[in-house]
Amino acid sequence: MLEIKNLHATAGDKPVLKGLTLTVKAGEVSAIMGPNGSGKSTLAHVLSGRDGFKVTQGSVHYKGKDLLAMSPEERAREGVFLAFQYPVEIPGVGNTYFLKNALNAVRKHRGQPELDAHEFLKLIKEKAKLVQIAETLLNRPVNEGFSGGEKKRNEILQMAVLEPTLAILDETDSGLDIDALRTVSEGVNSLRSKDRAMLVITHYQRLLNYIVPDRVHVLKEGVIERSGGKELALELEKTGYSR
Amino acid sequence: MTMADKNDNSIEKLVEQDYRPGFVTAIEEDKIPKGLNEDIVRLISSKKNEPAWLLEWRLKAYRHWLGMKEPTWANVHYPKINYQDAYYYSAPKMKKKPKSLDEIDPEIRATYEKLGIPLKEQEILLGVEGADPAAGAPANVAVDAVFDSVSVATTYKAKLKEKGIIFCSFSDAVQEHPDLVRRWMGSVVPYTDNFFATLNSAVFTDGSFCYIPRGVRCPMELSTYFRINAKETGQFERTLIVAEEGASVSYLEGCTAPMRDENQLHAAVVELVALDNATIKYSTVQNWYPGDKNGKGGIYNFVTKRGHCKGANSRITWTQVETGSAITWKYPSCILQGDNSIGEFYSVAVANNYQQADTGTKMIHLGKNTRSTIISKGISAGHGQNTYRGAVKILQRAEGARNYSQCDSLLLGDQCGAHTFPYLDVQNPTAQVEHEASTSKIGEDQLFYCRQRGLSTEDAVNMIVNGFCKQVFKELPMEFAVEAQKLMSVSLEGSVG
Repeated sequence: MLEIKNLHATAGDKPVLKGLTLTVKAGEVSAIMGPNGSGKSTLAHVLSGRDGFKVTQGSVHYKGKDLLAMSPEERAREGVFLAFQYPVEIPGVGNTYFLKNALNAVRKHRGQPELDAHEFLKLIKEKAKLVQIAETLLNRPVNEGFSGGEKKRNEILQMAVLEPTLAILDETDSGLDIDALRTVSEGVNSLRSKDRAMLVITHYQRLLNYIVPDRVHVLKEGVIERSGGKELALELEKTGYSR
Repeated sequence: MTMADKNDNSIEKLVEQDYRPGFVTAIEEDKIPKGLNEDIVRLISSKKNEPAWLLEWRLKAYRHWLGMKEPTWANVHYPKINYQDAYYYSAPKMKKKPKSLDEIDPEIRATYEKLGIPLKEQEILLGVEGADPAAGAPANVAVDAVFDSVSVATTYKAKLKEKGIIFCSFSDAVQEHPDLVRRWMGSVVPYTDNFFATLNSAVFTDGSFCYIPRGVRCPMELSTYFRINAKETGQFERTLIVAEEGASVSYLEGCTAPMRDENQLHAAVVELVALDNATIKYSTVQNWYPGDKNGKGGIYNFVTKRGHCKGANSRITWTQVETGSAITWKYPSCILQGDNSIGEFYSVAVANNYQQADTGTKMIHLGKNTRSTIISKGISAGHGQNTYRGAVKILQRAEGARNYSQCDSLLLGDQCGAHTFPYLDVQNPTAQVEHEASTSKIGEDQLFYCRQRGLSTEDAVNMIVNGFCKQVFKELPMEFAVEAQKLMSVSLEGSVG
């Protein structure tokens, strides 16, 4: 599904990724762990195509295609989804309206018919139930005035609606209390499927108690330093990143 | 494409914008000689067969104007206008005045059709939608069509007359309802008011007149569509709307002009009068030619609009969407004289490429418990400069007056500018005045967020801008709101790579 080879990238002028190699298979949930400044968020940004990050060397192939050659919207339409660490507010734009347009852009790309307002409403209500998000949030402007937990849940709702094949969760646990963490994790778990790969980027092992990964990769100083099964996360919790 | 390339592709990049109403109608014109002097004023008045009192009024204005200086306080810059180098009257040649809508020159009819304004009356029954989809515009809108210096048609006149409503061109009103015109004209914007209003008072050629009698709610939207077609011609129209006690009306105004390299002057005056318990809702979608991407050509839009809430509990609402014109200088205002009267101003102003907009409002609170609301949304793109200028004045006897002002600016790119000049003058200690202002750059964050969800940059910008304007768009009549959204996306087309 995703093949990253010898990836070097800079954030601004600063080299952050220094030869990262990683393979993610369909159906797998891979956790990317690592200390502050190791390049976790840069990896998320590079994969989603954000401005300000430059790939200087290496390649990323996604479903056999050159991911780096695509614009951010092309990547999204091809099924790459980034759950933002800091979801952005868009005043005056209704949550439902926003998501309907996004889904239809994706469907159009896939050659599927666009959903009308009625069909979409049915779908989003279903998904809202699945990720336990209040229906009242659907009618509010995108993320405007949402609490931290609501914002993160809204990201998961978008993911549920857009049904990506590669979901990147960037520090989804940051700023969540224990109850919110549980609901968000349940939402994510409900979206696990054999066709979908997930890249769960996190600082703490805590999240992985709820979203149990198939693989754990430790990112340090811009390279994958170690890889292992879910038990690696527990070990890190004890020993820390610097061994 | 590497990611570095995509950086260059982002917010600053500008491409040519598309101005769809920019065509010229080939039609024979009846023009008077170029220039401005007393003889020209007399000639205009005689062309319109005006009564002596009106000519006198024009001449007084003209003489007053000679002693006035063009204002320089606005945040707009343009070369000196040579007032002698323009035509002050140009009308499509007509053998005789068309008696019915069927007799309108086909060229003119085609022009309005192309602009989506039907010059005919449709027999559409309530609930029978789309009976004539080719007509393009919604039913239940009466149109007065002003082409250069004259009104060429007014629809639904007879139907409105049944309710006692007068809706006609200003020229017809002068002939048919001289007492009403004489009573109210200049009562809100006197001929001495300001340089451009005074010029207008001297040389105005046409416009619309609406009179809603006591207790009548106007059953349909009234609208005037202003079209400048002739070259080197200024358009100087006057609109006067009077709502008697308990009357209410919603009025819409649209404007377009061909694309030309020379600048053209449009100096209009609009006066609104609302008596006790009357309501006037005045909505504008201004789409005069804005000039090309290098700032060449375009309309200078110097307009004086003022409403007088003369009666108790009266209400005047100005809603404007200003996307066109090279320069906009316009401050639709309310004089809140009647106790408990309400003045509202909702504005979206766009300055793209080299457009300059200096617009806002004045709310003058005279009566007790008068209330005003100002919502201004300025969007700047390209090299555009957008200024909000607003004054809230609360006079001594305006016990319990309240004002709420909110001015938000949105910047697209880093060559443009947004400026805010709120003036406050509060002379009564019981007044409550609130002012909120914000300036934001259309976020790279917001754009990326939308694109990461699969939306194109263009769609994302439209969505963000429309969200920004929502508070104002929701004040527009339904059909107009849709039109305004479309216009907004055309106006900003290409302003973000």
